[in-house]
Amino acid sequence: TENCKLYSRLLILYPGYGVVENVRLIDRTVSRKATVGTLYLSATHTIFVENNPETRKETWVLHSLVASVERPPTTPSGSHLVIRTKNFQVLELLVPQERDATDIHASLARLSRPEKYSELYCLSINPTANKEEREESWSFLDLQADYRRMGVPNNLWVGTPANSEYRVCDTYPSELFVPKSATPPVIVGSSKFRSRGRFPVLTYFHQDTLASICRCSQPLSGFSARSQEDEQMMQAIMKANPGSEYIYVVDTRPKLNAMANRAAGKGYENEDHYTNIKLQFIGIENIHVMRNSQQKIIDIKTPSMGDFLWGLESSGWLKHIKAVLDAGVFIAKAVAEEGVSVVVHCSDGWDRTAQACSLASVLLDPYYRTMKGLMLLIERDWVSFGHKFSHRYNHLDGDPKEVSPVIDQFVECVWQLSEQFPCAFEFNERFLIQLRRHVYSCQYGNFLGNSQKERRDMRLRERTYSLWPQLWKDRAQYVNPLYRADHTQTQGMLRPNTTPYCFKMWKGMYNRLEKSAPPRHSPADLLTAVREETQQLEQELTNHQEVAPRGTAHSGTKQERPGRPAPSTGDGSVDSPPHDYRSTQRGPPDPAMTLPLGPPKGSDPDDLSSACSDIESGVIDLSSRSSSGGDDCKDPESDEAIYCPAWSGTRGPDTGRLPC
Amino acid sequence: MEFSEHIKTANVEDVVLRRPFYQPTKGTLCVTGHHLIFSNRGGDSARPFLLLLRNIDAIEKSVENLPSVSSGTITLKCKDLCVLQLDIPGMEECLNIASSIESLSSLETVSEMYPFFYRPPFLSLQDQWGLSSTEQHYAQMKEIHDGWRVSQVNRDYSVSPSYPPAVIVPHSIDDETLVKAARFRQGGRFPVLCYYHRETGTVIMRSSQPLSGANRKRCREDELLLQAVIDGSELGYIIDTRSSQQAQQARMTGGGFESKSCYRGWKRLHRQLEKGKVLQESLIKLVEACGDQSHSVDRWLSKLENSKWLSHVQTALSTAGLVAECVERDGHSVLVHGSEGTDTSLLVSSLAQLILDPDSRTLAGFLGLLEREWVQAGHPFQQRCAHSAYSHVRLRHEAPVFVLLLDCVWQLARQFPLAMGFSEPLLLRLAKEVYASDYGTFLCNSDQERCVTGVKERTHCLFQSLLRANERQHYSNPLYERTELAIWPSIQPPSLQWTCAFSPIQWPFDMC
Repeated sequence: TENCKLYSRLLILYPGYGVVENVRLIDRTVSRKATVGTLYLSATHTIFVENNPETRKETWVLHSLVASVERPPTTPSGSHLVIRTKNFQVLELLVPQERDATDIHASLARLSRPEKYSELYCLSINPTANKEEREESWSFLDLQADYRRMGVPNNLWVGTPANSEYRVCDTYPSELFVPKSATPPVIVGSSKFRSRGRFPVLTYFHQDTLASICRCSQPLSGFSARSQEDEQMMQAIMKANPGSEYIYVVDTRPKLNAMANRAAGKGYENEDHYTNIKLQFIGIENIHVMRNSQQKIIDIKTPSMGDFLWGLESSGWLKHIKAVLDAGVFIAKAVAEEGVSVVVHCSDGWDRTAQACSLASVLLDPYYRTMKGLMLLIERDWVSFGHKFSHRYNHLDGDPKEVSPVIDQFVECVWQLSEQFPCAFEFNERFLIQLRRHVYSCQYGNFLGNSQKERRDMRLRERTYSLWPQLWKDRAQYVNPLYRADHTQTQGMLRPNTTPYCFKMWKGMYNRLEKSAPPRHSPADLLTAVREETQQLEQELTNHQEVAPRGTAHSGTKQERPGRPAPSTGDGSVDSPPHDYRSTQRGPPDPAMTLPLGPPKGSDPDDLSSACSDIESGVIDLSSRSSSGGDDCKDPESDEAIYCPAWSGTRGPDTGRLPC
Repeated sequence: MEFSEHIKTANVEDVVLRRPFYQPTKGTLCVTGHHLIFSNRGGDSARPFLLLLRNIDAIEKSVENLPSVSSGTITLKCKDLCVLQLDIPGMEECLNIASSIESLSSLETVSEMYPFFYRPPFLSLQDQWGLSSTEQHYAQMKEIHDGWRVSQVNRDYSVSPSYPPAVIVPHSIDDETLVKAARFRQGGRFPVLCYYHRETGTVIMRSSQPLSGANRKRCREDELLLQAVIDGSELGYIIDTRSSQQAQQARMTGGGFESKSCYRGWKRLHRQLEKGKVLQESLIKLVEACGDQSHSVDRWLSKLENSKWLSHVQTALSTAGLVAECVERDGHSVLVHGSEGTDTSLLVSSLAQLILDPDSRTLAGFLGLLEREWVQAGHPFQQRCAHSAYSHVRLRHEAPVFVLLLDCVWQLARQFPLAMGFSEPLLLRLAKEVYASDYGTFLCNSDQERCVTGVKERTHCLFQSLLRANERQHYSNPLYERTELAIWPSIQPPSLQWTCAFSPIQWPFDMC
């Protein structure tokens, strides 16, 4: 068939391509129903193609998104393989031959843990050599333009050439803004007194109050050391906010951690040495605590409500999310309400500092609540300021202690905000999930490496594409239909309620695998459809009015209206089977962590559609060919259909009996 | 008795009112027979702030009596979970006001309650009280006319004091049999029809427990009645909302359950739903958790878990799902009962109907459901909602079963945002009205009591009022798209959300 041809072609393209037949994909959600099919191991994806000639559904898993592959003990029916992905999905396979299973396991273990950057998706697949398009993709965002938007440079803040060629700080961007009165010796002196040379620089300037947010790393103060230049730098920051009498120094760490750092010659600002600073500790835990916390929230087994809430509590995840948001709120209030400038740091100033500063920007400035604004914000506070993406998100097989879901927490905080302010954000949940996915997947060059310098040295702009224009191109699916730029919520500063009960578990992120989680009615999808329909009708009305004088019918120009999601598809949930109301709460543990590999219906596009977006030559073929082969892989719903089979009929196989 | 006897000080000037989401305002406080009225004449709001005294669950006062200052503060904790504070100049005035509030808010005589005095211009006492009667409901369901009939056996409330005068029963069962069957059921609540499922031709019935007692008594007529329900078909399910152990224990006090040997064709399933004191205490703990000032997520989650409220939500939805599954998927009729048949039975049967029946998911349909399954069916509102989560009074019959229903409906609406014709504000409004209302709908404990006290003649009906054009608009779900399919709720813990409706600083909805 078409597909076989396609795969054999791929086999030629990529030697070492593995094909295993008669593999069963086990869907634990529907009575351990299994689909028989063929497993293909390509250079970039694990692909499972169902044998059923009617459907031939495909399931794609990007290697770089594989978190772990487990091999439970071999059973008489074959060897099991459990693939867990970094976006919290689980794929369970039953391979008939043990040898094949061993091979797949070994290949995947290797493929999912690249050792060199060149093995990563964005570098291993040679993009179509369209230099112009590639360059254009990298100029899509202009950080300097965003600084100009905030009114920088001005007579208070100026650009400094101090870090050109990354001379002063190799993890900072080369273009930086500092107070006008900060002279080069002050900059250099201050950088010598800061961990990894990360001296205080501007990240956000608030035009209304002239207060600013600056970021840096911890001072090398130890128990008694001080630096005149660093003190002058802080003074300069205060002076850059005319009329202000002090600045806040926000140390986002728990105070105990900060104090412990003093023994290592680091620490925090001594208020006796710095005049006019107010030191504030926030208490965001370190990356190790966060890593463990996220693992716990992933591991929550959810048979009973009590266990779930206990698990949620003991994971500490929501507590950490609240701490991050609290930091953002503190900074935003200081800047907007008190008009006081804030200097933010943690230890190195690239994790918690990035979280706190970027959240404060989201709270302060409506622009960062738009799609492009959020992209810029991530580009500025995370990418340019040296958040260690490759270390934190395990792009290469490296030190597991460096891995931590730092940006996950930022993204989740934005989501929590969007739940409280449904009209304030231009983007929807899907956008956030997709963003996070790309941080892990390395399909684009944006998040490779750990600093601007590393990216420059790797010449990523010449060798890869940028994610941002692609997201922008797909923006229709990321629009929040409730967003209203003129709404009171949308304007000015957001003042979220941070009472504990306002924090919810992000089901869309962590529970996409919920047992038989039917894709719920989505009000957002309905609203989007209604809006499109309205536009279409208005368009038609205009057409009619234009043609009306002549009085001719124009069925010819009449366009097909995008229909609202029909109940049978858009509301697939209502068609789904009842949940297992019969088993008592303490029944056998639900295989809650198994559902679609593909994203929920209508949610983020499946691996394929984004993987094959359009830039990678080999994959373009794949996508278009398989579509022509009758499998509309790009249909986000197609993936889902594997998982919601027979129950659209009247009865499931097991509904005849009720336990007594 | 005159209300004025309770009012020692009717007016106080320069009182400061503090309430969530509003700036403190200074004005005049006035106590009337049913209200606290607060008006700030110079202020921007022309409308005075009105609080039904009946809404007050607990009152705390503190006074300061120094030569220089004599003043007091009254904190009012309301049944709708709002907390207000009044700063009153003058210690004596403060104490007087507090004592007036205390005695007026605890008056128990139904005919003196505010609904008997509420006469808004837009409603007339001549209007129909209630949305529909059993007869009207029956008349609309043509498809059941062959197998079912309306029985007036309870027309004088002598068969079951808590049932309405008319009920729907199998055609083949005559009134005499019903009378006998009723004697075998607690409170005379013999099995009656509450829902007919067109697609499968099966029904949901409800009743109270059979009085089989320690001697395993039988009642031929009760068995006949149930036999007639599954007439010919092989199987029916009895969903007992008690654990099997509880059901066994009930025999010691004269209650019991349907034994397998006597009720052929009926299978019994036990699902334990909490009620009464356990439920009330759960609500109290939940509200306390929401009001926790520590700002600690750990504490909140631990208290939330400790309250067990969401577990009750989960069990209620899961049991209702089971009932719906029996009816829709298996095509078998179901009888739901616990012990009295006035609490958890109603909760389960009404939730099952919401899952199955698109008609009950419209605004009017939902209110109709509440009227049939709660008001007419004899949920003892007055007893259950005498006090809410703040009261220090020793609890007697209080239990937030209706509030639990509202939370479960909220969960359904969250999971199926397009399937419900009504919106969250309606649920919040109902949660408030059930404790303190201008309307007579939730007064008394049964239809009989409402007749005796003249509720239907002398008060207005909340449901009628909610269906007026402007109210209807406010409480409709703009996203509503009717679906004919059943909506199967997920009962997985992450799918059930906590709602901040239980917080003392919920968003204010129309206070007046």
